[in-house]
Amino acid sequence: MTTMTIAKAINEGLRATLTNNPRALLMGEDIGPLGGVYRVTDGLIAEFGADRVVDTPLAESGIIGTAIGLSLRGYLPVCEIQFDGFVFPGFNQITTQLAKMHARSNGNLTVPVVIRIPYGGGIGSIEHHSESPEALFAHTAGLRIITPSNPHDAYWMIQQAVDCQDPVIVFEPKRRYWLKGEVDTESPGTSADPFKAHVLREGTDATVAVYGPLVPVALAAANAAAEDGRSIEVVDLRSISPIDFDTVTASVKKTGRLVVAHEAPTFGGIGGEIAARISERAFHCLEAPVIRVGGFHMPYPVAKVEEDYLPDIDRILEALDRAFSY
Amino acid sequence: MGATHLPSTEFDGTDIEDRQEAAAEARMGAPAEPMVQLLAPDGTLGTDPVFSVYAERLTTEKLRGFYADMAKIRRFDVEATALQRQGQLALWVPLTGQEAAQIGSGRASQPQDYIFPTYREHGVALTRNVDLAELLRQFRGVSNGGWNPKDTNFHLYTLVLAAQTPHAVGYAMGIQRDQKLAASTALAGATPAQPAEPNAAVMVYFGDGASSEGDVHESMVFASSYKAPVVFFCQNNHWAISVPSSVQTRVPLADRAKGYGFPGIRVDGNDVVAVHAVTEWALERARRGEGPVLIEAFTYRVGAHTTADDPTKYRESAEESRWRAKDPLDRLEKYLRAEGLAGDSFFEQVRADGDELAAYVRKTTHDLETPDIRTAFANTYVEAHPLVAEELAWFEEYSAGFADDAAVPAEGATN
Repeated sequence: MTTMTIAKAINEGLRATLTNNPRALLMGEDIGPLGGVYRVTDGLIAEFGADRVVDTPLAESGIIGTAIGLSLRGYLPVCEIQFDGFVFPGFNQITTQLAKMHARSNGNLTVPVVIRIPYGGGIGSIEHHSESPEALFAHTAGLRIITPSNPHDAYWMIQQAVDCQDPVIVFEPKRRYWLKGEVDTESPGTSADPFKAHVLREGTDATVAVYGPLVPVALAAANAAAEDGRSIEVVDLRSISPIDFDTVTASVKKTGRLVVAHEAPTFGGIGGEIAARISERAFHCLEAPVIRVGGFHMPYPVAKVEEDYLPDIDRILEALDRAFSY
Repeated sequence: MGATHLPSTEFDGTDIEDRQEAAAEARMGAPAEPMVQLLAPDGTLGTDPVFSVYAERLTTEKLRGFYADMAKIRRFDVEATALQRQGQLALWVPLTGQEAAQIGSGRASQPQDYIFPTYREHGVALTRNVDLAELLRQFRGVSNGGWNPKDTNFHLYTLVLAAQTPHAVGYAMGIQRDQKLAASTALAGATPAQPAEPNAAVMVYFGDGASSEGDVHESMVFASSYKAPVVFFCQNNHWAISVPSSVQTRVPLADRAKGYGFPGIRVDGNDVVAVHAVTEWALERARRGEGPVLIEAFTYRVGAHTTADDPTKYRESAEESRWRAKDPLDRLEKYLRAEGLAGDSFFEQVRADGDELAAYVRKTTHDLETPDIRTAFANTYVEAHPLVAEELAWFEEYSAGFADDAAVPAEGATN
């Protein structure tokens, strides 16, 4: 066990990937000598060279499109998109090409491209630097989407993404890059399946399903609720496509109440999908409607007011209060 | 500037590379007009200081093969159009007029090269030995692809304009890596994704309309930055559905290459000999590791953009007539006959072969099987996916609910 930040864990995970697989390579702008704007690729170019850590032209469609070509030739590209709001010039390549290549080739071609995207708010930045576009990608069949919430997952998930034969988008919670935690670099343990949700905290009265940057918020809310005598179970989804509905359903069957929280706007978000599925799967176990907590239907607001936008402990507690009011 | 303005140097065949480099530099520094042409519309063969040497390599057999390919693919085009009119295809994308651009360039490629087409490259598909009946699967609506690109190194058609251009550059970057990994294998124990020998290049096709897409620009930036072994082959057929090429560009498209730092050449796209020569030059150069080239094949879509299009609404028939006079098949036929390289029996045989191909395509198209939607469930992801499994299970149960209905004779049925 070693203690490290999420950023360092991804860095170590990438190092392990590059070491173990000569056909893996990193691509992105500023990922070379600078080590990425968040320094996630720090030191890798010195260790593996410019052919393995490719500082690309500033062109998201070009980065993802050439990564598709490299993967068609048998390579394993890991692309870094600098910020969430900058993925959209590459949206076409991801949704019309990357996601569909396997299907439209009748299974003959695989494009195991990995795309890393730092996402979410809470860092006081300017526009296009704080968005949560995961639902836009989750809606597209052919893609897999995972998001680590702790260093151990971060270390293993990036490697599992590269090992996966399908294209994988790794949404990295940028405001948690400096969150420290223990990493077992010897074994993934219970993190062996990146598409399985984890019950982080056992409870009996209500479930909070959450992922990425809001995981620590949900855990803190559960602790606060405990002071009021409420036993809250916290589920870290870890994977947004596919979603591990079995784990969520089992939890709701135990607790009878579900709150889903994410930073992305509530409307059309992942929370709505979970609410609908759980209503179908566990309707008779629900003591209350599934309550969603998320961002508002507005462009991500300016940094000075983002605290009013982002779900926090109080917003989750308020949602729990509503769930308990039925 | 044209071929006649290229540096004129004496050479004995041993210094072809040097001369080509000089020519390439000259091209990069000057406008691409006029274009490289070897076989004139009247069927006479001209000369070019750089590319005649490639034309001289052509055997009679190859020249006759060019004609046979062009005639075959034109006959196929007529048949596919008819099939669409008969309701057997959802849509067809005709290529008539562009045979020389496609056959000339496709025949310049080697089996180890990888080709990324747009969606009109039926002639290139023929040169890569793609079964043309399989090519119709997409247009009949029984597949979104239809053939396995690994069999022929001819990628699937792409309908999102220019989306394939960065794929081509990435693939070319992969070829570079194979060569580097092969060289370092002894030291690092690394294995290339594919054998690095023989040297391979990539060719990517797009049109004058697609040249306006950002992906073309980004691809050319990447190709130039990494000196990728890729040939950009633009068929300027003058019309992006109804929008003329003058709206796509104010300079010859080939001139754009200069801005990216690699050679751009405009070639008469209705001249199969010149297209072949220029493409062979570009591919050889790419395989040698000298980087990308942009070829603009100056040609014309004689027919409609697709069977859903009506060119009479946006262009004069006189323009079509002018281009019909530059027909790629006619000029090669004139040359072959004038030089005594082919006579009536050859052309009759070509016609018979075309009819045979048309009959095969007609029959095979009717016989193309509608796939089971279960194949779509199976091919969405490579690895097991719980949502797909859940939806498939629901679909199976739902479908099974109709099993009893099928056993009941339909109303009015008699035994």
